Amino acid sequence: MNKPFFQRQRTEAEAALIDRFDQGDRRLVGACDLRAAAMRRFAEAGLPNRRVESWHYTDLRSAMRTAALVRAPETATLPGARECLAKPLAQTSAHRFVIFNGSFNADLSSEGPLPEGVSATSLAAALGAGDQDVLAALGDSGPGEGDAVVALNTALMQDGVVIRIAPGVKVERPLSIFNIISGGFAQATFLRSLVIVGAGASVVLDEITGVSVPDATQSNEALTVVVGDGARVDYSAQVAEQHEKAVALHSLFVMMGANAIFNGFCLTPTAGLVRRQIFARLEGEHSTISLGGLSLLRGRQHADTTLVVEHAVPNCVSRELFRHILDDESTGVFQGKVIVRQHAQKTDGGMKSQTLVLGEDASMNNKPELEIFADDVVCGHGATVGQLDKNQIFYLQARGLSRGEAESLLLDAFASEALELVADEEIRTRFQTQASDWLAARSGR
Amino acid sequence: MLEVKNLHVSVGGRKILDGLNLTVKDGEVAAIMGPNGTGKSTLSYVIAGREDYDVEEGEVLLDGANILEMDATDRANAGVFLAFQYPLEIPGVATMTFLKAALNAQARAKGQGELQTPEFMKKVREAATKLGVNQDMLKRPLNVGFSGGEKKRMEILQMALLQPKIGILDETDSGLDIDALRIVADGVNALRAQDRSFLVITHYQRLLDYIKPDTVHVMAKGKIARTGGPELALELEKSGYAAFTGEAA
Repeated sequence: MNKPFFQRQRTEAEAALIDRFDQGDRRLVGACDLRAAAMRRFAEAGLPNRRVESWHYTDLRSAMRTAALVRAPETATLPGARECLAKPLAQTSAHRFVIFNGSFNADLSSEGPLPEGVSATSLAAALGAGDQDVLAALGDSGPGEGDAVVALNTALMQDGVVIRIAPGVKVERPLSIFNIISGGFAQATFLRSLVIVGAGASVVLDEITGVSVPDATQSNEALTVVVGDGARVDYSAQVAEQHEKAVALHSLFVMMGANAIFNGFCLTPTAGLVRRQIFARLEGEHSTISLGGLSLLRGRQHADTTLVVEHAVPNCVSRELFRHILDDESTGVFQGKVIVRQHAQKTDGGMKSQTLVLGEDASMNNKPELEIFADDVVCGHGATVGQLDKNQIFYLQARGLSRGEAESLLLDAFASEALELVADEEIRTRFQTQASDWLAARSGR
Repeated sequence: MLEVKNLHVSVGGRKILDGLNLTVKDGEVAAIMGPNGTGKSTLSYVIAGREDYDVEEGEVLLDGANILEMDATDRANAGVFLAFQYPLEIPGVATMTFLKAALNAQARAKGQGELQTPEFMKKVREAATKLGVNQDMLKRPLNVGFSGGEKKRMEILQMALLQPKIGILDETDSGLDIDALRIVADGVNALRAQDRSFLVITHYQRLLDYIKPDTVHVMAKGKIARTGGPELALELEKSGYAAFTGEAA
């Protein structure tokens, strides 16, 4: 076989990641073939950089010069983790699954029985037992196939949680997946979780990453949600406090059956570098997917939301609304691609990205894309980038509000409109509080 | 008392107000009439503190203090209220949230405590009922989806709640039908008081049938061309503005 004429030199981080796999971390249980194939893909591609079209605005290879270490589980300190959990737990009635420093942790997870119709196991246990359903679901990244960060996750996945919801079950309490990375040194985690929602079932899923991270951690997480026929999933995700040098990579895969509903929302209130990828495939007719997000950035934070929604069958609806507020020198990225396959007639797709740029040196990169192979569809997209409306500010000032109050009121309205997409009231309230805190911190400066 | 002295204002190098002088005494209702493009709205915006204007010369005194040195917020808190010709729609901001923020801002500026919610609700409900503003409007985002008449009534509701020293009505009659005009005029008349004055800007005499002015000023080419009593408005209705634009030229 011909070798490429020019082989790019691997960066220190790339070499360390490949080494880690080659040397065989003892926690990399099961799925040997899947992992090996994924690592080959990663080794070939390397960390994504500006030359990779879907990563053009987020040069991970430059941002991740070195690869953080993976921590051995026995060095974990539980008291620190409990402290991290205290605040989010006070705000949630959810049944929680906790992954602590890369391993599922039963002690930190909710006590008591799982809600009726819900079964769960750690990913490591499922892979160790060679669970074929799990392997099959993990092997299918849908439109995310070929992404180097996804490949890296598959190769190095340490643990996570596998949740199954029996057909027809309406899960009353939200289910939360907490990924906690706790202190001491900059470490890396590679987590993979899987939620299989049976036909006609419904559930609220809440995913929280990095509750308290004092270090330049590197997390690479992925979640696959299989939405059965007639099932409904309300999903929310948030990146919590992050170190300014932290790198958080998150990939969400959604596979939808027929007559199914998936409502997803991501809040990114503060971060070093965050890349959130969503790969959704509508595989059954008459399904609806709605994706939303709000990113509130300041300083030199960088948040990238890149999504691909693939309409593989006719008669489905997809909606996307993502909003950014960019202060200081922050950078926002929104790349949304809607693919309509040849047979997916009567597709109804609508995508919007709306950004308020507050900082003179902040920047937004929008790239909406439609790839339509069917001829009887309604698809649209729109992207706006602007500043606060000075006429609205004047109107509010003319009623006695200070300029700061006027700005806060308008920003709060902009954020709140996006947050209305969060279906679960408890989660929406939590997000609203966080957005208000962000705005209060801004006006207090 | 509002005094405008020798006010010269331009926008992007184009002169709009050209040495305008005007005095509105306490308790007085002064009407300003004039043809399109003569600077009436500019005058109202400059008094209220909009930033896009270049004030080259002159003073605007409210009770003796030059308000041109204040920002729009401080002018509002000093007692200037502008009822906008085109009230802004503010999506996502609930009308009640906005009203409370405005009332509290002005209470703080006066060194008073913020209003308690029940007291605030009562105040708003009373004022709203008088102006035919229904509860549904108060629940909606500010001015969003309001008809022209509803927006103008909302402006007068705000004026009633904020109790300014001087209310400037910038073509409040535009876009109103006869019934809405009467409701708005009644709202303004109810606010007439010894220590409150009004500057009513309009193209037409009709509004002045409902809000009876003490003085009428004709504005042309950026200055006051003539001042008289209510009879001047009637005269304009018959003869039009041509004579005045000629007179000012």
